[in-house]
Formats: sequence, structure tokens, C-alpha cells
Amino acid sequence: MMHGAVDGVDADAIIIGSGPGGAAVAHALTQAGWSVILLEKGQNHLLSLQAPFAPLGHFSNDEIKFTQRHFLGPDPLLEPRTFRRSSEDGDRILTGEVNNLPSTLGGGGVHADGKLPRFREIDFQLLSELGPVEGADIADWPLSYADLEPYYAEAEKLVGVAGEETNPFAAWRSGPFPMPPGVDMFGAQISSAAAERAGLHPYRAPTGVNSVEYQGRPACNNCGFCAFYGCPIEAKGDPVSMLRAALATGRCQIIPLAYATEITTDPAKNRATGVRYLDLSAAPTAQGEAPVRELRSHHLVLAGGAFETPRLLLRNELGNSSGRVGQHLMFHFQTLVVGAVRERLWGASRGRSVTHLHDDHIDGDQASRAAAHAAGLPWIRGGIVEHGSSTGPVNEALLQGAGAHHPLAMRNSELRERLWVFTMQGEDLSQRTNRVDLDPTVRDAWGLAAGRVTYQPHQHELVTSNHVAPILEGVMRDSGAVWTAASTSPPVGDHAGTSPLGLAPATYHIMGTAKMGFDPLNSVVDPTGRLWDLPNVIIADSSVFPTSAGYGPTLTLVALATRAARLLTGNPLAQSQPT
Amino acid sequence: MSAGLTPLQARNLIALMNQLVPGDELSPAAGDSGGADYVNGLLTAFDFDPPHIWAGGPFSGRHGGAASFENWIALAPWELVAWRSRIEDLNAQYHTGLDSLGAEFAEMPADAQTEAVAAASDGFRELVFTHACEALYGDPVYGGNRKMSGWLAIDYRGDSQPSGYSDQEVSAP
Ligand SMILES: Cc1cc2nc3c(=O)[nH]c(=O)nc-3n(C[C@H](O)[C@H](O)[C@H](O)COP(=O)(O)OP(=O)(O)OC[C@H]3O[C@@H](n4cnc5c(N)ncnc54)[C@H](O)[C@@H]3O)c2cc1C
Ligand code: SF4
Repeated sequence: MMHGAVDGVDADAIIIGSGPGGAAVAHALTQAGWSVILLEKGQNHLLSLQAPFAPLGHFSNDEIKFTQRHFLGPDPLLEPRTFRRSSEDGDRILTGEVNNLPSTLGGGGVHADGKLPRFREIDFQLLSELGPVEGADIADWPLSYADLEPYYAEAEKLVGVAGEETNPFAAWRSGPFPMPPGVDMFGAQISSAAAERAGLHPYRAPTGVNSVEYQGRPACNNCGFCAFYGCPIEAKGDPVSMLRAALATGRCQIIPLAYATEITTDPAKNRATGVRYLDLSAAPTAQGEAPVRELRSHHLVLAGGAFETPRLLLRNELGNSSGRVGQHLMFHFQTLVVGAVRERLWGASRGRSVTHLHDDHIDGDQASRAAAHAAGLPWIRGGIVEHGSSTGPVNEALLQGAGAHHPLAMRNSELRERLWVFTMQGEDLSQRTNRVDLDPTVRDAWGLAAGRVTYQPHQHELVTSNHVAPILEGVMRDSGAVWTAASTSPPVGDHAGTSPLGLAPATYHIMGTAKMGFDPLNSVVDPTGRLWDLPNVIIADSSVFPTSAGYGPTLTLVALATRAARLLTGNPLAQSQPT
Repeated sequence: MSAGLTPLQARNLIALMNQLVPGDELSPAAGDSGGADYVNGLLTAFDFDPPHIWAGGPFSGRHGGAASFENWIALAPWELVAWRSRIEDLNAQYHTGLDSLGAEFAEMPADAQTEAVAAASDGFRELVFTHACEALYGDPVYGGNRKMSGWLAIDYRGDSQPSGYSDQEVSAP
């Protein structure tokens, strides 16, 4: 039974989706005394829902379960997604796994390795600062970095971010990181030194992983199974720390295996009244269906991630008077430079997945401005470059291909223990034609239209990538690489069909599909995160981003979600000052 | 269709895996290291409750903590639906694919085996290669990587929790 459930509703707010965004809202609303019900379509592998909310112990250092057997979902047999580059591809060119962030209690936070940098001042004012780019929708955000700073600080404390203030390009902060940075990977020391020799400015990545014991969770013990794995010892804080705190108030009920399919409204469709969901915890009926349940609330929070949130709105034909729902889909355009060095780096088997970043390609320099102008672009912006390692031996074995070379290739391990990887998460310009919509024929296991991605990069992303890749290859060679190779995701050019990362964008950074703005004619949510069309609905995921910036989206979406929830309860944080 | 491999199919599968992911004097071949047991474990996963699809956690017990990988994790009702269908399909692919190689595949001379492998469908070869890699380098709880022979050959410790690695082991060569 919910606490505080009155007025014929089941809770003050229902939150759809338990990833970092939904968890942040659950935390903020329950702290303010609201009752919430959190619906999550995936299983709960994260924590007991009974006090003291202990870990369930399902996470382990197991490459099979996590990377080969859909442990964290979504299972593509139940929830296929589709992809095409443009309508010239026909209805689709891929069906199955497209950019699948986990569908599980905790969402993508569970298996992300959690580099959690902030955006910078300019990222909120790109149009004013740099001006438009033809064929793209460059916009200012309807809030500034200063507006968001207190919420960034709160998000870092909630999740537990370890970092240090050595990045010369970082925005101002009102206080220090909650924890000092974790240990440097051996490989990152080598690549950072080479980056410095090239005039770049690498720094220790702010990461949502404990470097010391924090809020009752232990320090990371460098187990080597970080990105793509749940943490067996709970050293990752995102979003378990927020979910546990929400549960501890006694005002948060979490319902796993609850797939929200319908938003109920008043007859005039001016207000949401609740949701209907498929109860996936029940065995399928004789007709092969899932039982439908209904809940009512005063407020609704959509936090299904930037792929599922627009899918839900489009299916319900709600919130879309601007026609923009699903449009302006942005990923990060990834430039990947890999190289194999002579010595063993241990990066793929010890420590976190990435310990260092550099930001130099975001603002660029004279050479990048020249590259932009040569291509007829007013400016180009790259993104953070992650200095990291690769993957486990099963995945290396698959990459090596069948044949007599296999045993020696695995012992030499040029694609794992001796491999080093630079991944630039390049800023992706917003284009209206890039979108999530409903596939015309592919359906999920419950008969609901699958979400479909239509995406191709703007020339800006290609020019930026072409400019930065040789710089990174140079740094890789200076790090001692005996060979280097550059590629992109999504792949472009003649070899697109043979990319091991597949045809669709492989990044897990998805943004823009319900964008925030000043004007209901061309945006989906208002500056506080409420749907223009249904003001008692807020969106608390990266759907609302007007631009993608060159930084991982998660800390920013947690800060925005916290802000939206605090504004909803009349409890905003005070303006902050640089220290 | 029956679930799982007959002894003859298992023998032929071992030979096929040994072709695709062979061994040498320092490394075991995927088939010899339990490859058919790995596949059979998956094909017969539903003989157990919970099905043997996701091994338990958090620790194997090899590096401290209570051994818990054998506590297989339960699937939710619709996950069972998906996995039943996936495993039914895998059973069919294995039965058809192995039959197409010929009952005597394991006894054929190397050249004839190579020819038979080349004549197999791309899809089947890809499936067996994927499972061979998973078997040889995945956790032994799934039936392959016998006595951790796959990991030992590449000097890989596998899981490391709850001891993990010291800061020194991460930051020094
Ligand atoms: C391997 C990996 C590494 C990553 N590394 C980083 C990084 O270093 N830095 C960074 O910033 N980001 C990183 N990310 C991305 C990060 O995980 C996402 O940005 C983040 O999880 C998004 O949070 P969210 O709350 O918006 O959505 P999600 O985390 O996607 O959560 C949404 C949840 O809602 C549920 N849901 C959706 N629809 C419904 C519905 N209709 N009913 C009920 N439930 C529903 C889903 O099942 C899911 O659990 C990484 C991701 C991965 C996979
Ligand atoms: S490397 Fe650290 S944070 Fe990552 S899973 Fe292992 S113990 Fe957890």
C-alpha cells in the first residue's frame, strides 16, 4: 500500500523507467514528501525491494551472461528495434538490436562504466555563441550552465562522482568533487603522456565509481569487468544510490516487469491521469497476452530513455502538437582509433574501462577552424576522447575470426591485452530528419509497433572525424603502437557493411527526441521539463536535450531530472557561485 | 525434436569446433576443451529449473567469497518465452547442420573435413564459431573452458571478484 495515496490516486507521481533519469526523480520527489510508483519494464537484478535494500548478488564477472545472453535485456526477440539510414533504404535495413541500452531496474546506469563529466557554459548557448550551420538545427538551451550548476553538484553527490579539477577546459564549479579520482590504468598513463607531448590536455575522468568508501558502498577494487557489466560489489553509484535512498523514505514503490503502454488522460487530453501497463511478471495468458493493469496519479514522469519515451508518446498520440516528438534524434558520432602496442597493457582485464579523457577537440584550434572552412562549414566541434581498453576474451576470440591462426592470435592478444582505444564522442548536430518513429510493420511480442531509428550524420560530423582521427592516430603511434586503425560508428564509406560495430550507431548516448525549448511550436517540453501539451507530465531523460554536446549525457540528464522534480515540488536549489 | 545432442552429434561437433577454433602445442582447441558440453548445456537449459542460461553471482569462489555461479538466475515469464523459442531454434539448427556434415564427419581425414566445413551453410558455421569462442573463453560454469584451459593458455585469470586487483596491479606494467 502506498504511503500518502489519497484523492483516488495510487501515488502522487508515477515514473516510467528506472534508469538514471527516473531514479533521480524518484529520489527528489520522495525527499519532498511525495509518494511515487516507479514502473520498470525489465527485471530487477539490482537490489532487494525490502529494507535494507541489499544487493541481489546477480551481478558477476561473467562475459557470457552479460555480453552474449541478453541478461540485462531487452531481448531482441521480445522487443525488436529497427534501423535505416534514410527513407532511401526502404522501411528498414536492420531488425533486432539497435542501440539497446539495458532494460532492467537501473536502466543503462547499471552497466555503464560511468564517465560523468559536466557540459560547459557554451554547450547551453551554441546558437548565440557560434551561430547556425546549414542543414542542422543549432539551438540555445532554455537554461544556462549557471542555472544547472547547483543540480550538477547535487547529482555528483547523489551518484558519487570521483574526479579532480585539472581539466583546463572544464566549466566552473561551486565545490570540489565528492571523491578523489580512482587509480590510473597503466595504458592510460602511456597514452596520456603521448597526448601531452602532442600538446593535448588529458585528465582523470570524473567517474561515478567509488575511489573510496562512499555512502556505505565500498571502493572499486578494479575487477576489470566494468563497461557492460553490473558491479558485483556496488562500487558504481548510478543509479542504485538514488533508488535505495528513494526506497528508504518508505514513499517509493518499485514495480519491475511493468511495461507502461498507455497514458490515460482526461477527455480533453489536457492532463494525464495515469498509466496502463502490461504486467510482465505474470505468465502469458492462454491467448499469449500479458495482463493489463492500471494506476492513477496526479503527475506522470517519462524516463524511459530517449528511444522509448518518444515511442510511448507517438503510440499514444500525445504531446506532439509541435510535430517534433521523435525528431532531432542525436547520438554521439564516434571516431574510434585503435592501436596495438608491444607490451601487455592489462587494460582489458584490470581496472575500470576508461580512466582518462581529453577535451581538446571540442573547441578545436586554428587547424580545426581551417578544416571547417575548407569544407564550407562555419565551425566544427568534436567531443571528449576516452582513453580506454577493449573487451573480454570471448569478444576478442569472435573478432579474430575462425582458422588456424586463432590460438596464436589469442595469445598475442593484439585485439585485447595489447590493444588501446581512443573513442571520441563527437558532437552530433541536430537534424529534424534523424528520428525515432514507429516501424510500419515490425511489432514487439505484445503487438506494439517497434521503434525505428532513421539516422545519418551531418557533414559536420564527418569533417570533424576526418580532422581528428589522424591526430589521434599520431598520439597512438607515439604511445608505441605497432599498427593503428581508424573507423567511425556509424560506419561510413565503402566498408560500412563490414564494421564489427554494425551499421547502426553503436554509441549508447541518445538524445533530442522530445526537445526542450522556449516555444511550443518547435519544442516538446518547456524549460522546466513539462510537456507543453500535458503540463502534469515531465520528461526526465536525455530526450529533452536541444543539442548533444561532446560529453556523455548522463550527469546532465540526472541534473536536469533533479531540477525538473525540484521545480515540480516547489523546492528549487539556490543559485550557486564558483569557488 | 529432441533437445540436446546425441553422442554421435557431440563427437562431430567437437571435431567441427576443433576445425574452426583449433589448438596448438600451447592452447587447447575449442571442441577438446568442452565445446560440445557448452552447446549441449544451452540446448538442454530447460531441463533445469531455473534454466541454465544465466549463471548466478556474485562470486565464483575462486578468488574468495562463497561460490555462487551454480545458483542459476530465474528468468521472468516472457524471458522464458523468448529463450524457449531461441533454444528450440538452436536445437533445430544444430540437428540440421550437424546432419548435413555427415555422420562420419569426426572420422574423416582433415582434407575431407575442411571440404565438408566449407560446404556447410554460412549461418551454421558462424553459429558454431560463435559458440566455440564462448565455450573456450567463457566461464567454465557453462560447460566449456575445461579446467580453465582456455584462460590458462592466454594467461587470463577470468573473474576476479571479490579480491579484484590492487591499485599497483592496475597502474604498473
Ligand atoms: C556500456 C555503456 C557505457 C556507458 N558509458 C557512459 C558514460 O561513460 N557516460 C555517460 O554519460 N553515459 C554512458 N552510457 C549511457 C548511459 O547509460 C545513459 O545515458 C543513461 O543510462 C540514460 O539514462 P536514462 O534514465 O535516460 O535511460 P535508461 O538508462 O535507458 O533507462 C530507461 C529505463 O526505462 C525503462 N523503460 C523504457 N520504456 C519503458 C516503459 N514503457 N515502461 C516501463 N519501463 C520502461 C527501460 O527498460 C530502462 O530500464 C553508457 C551506456 C552503456 C550501455
Ligand atoms: S571495475 Fe570497479 S566499479 Fe567497475 S565493476 Fe569492477 S569493482 Fe565495480
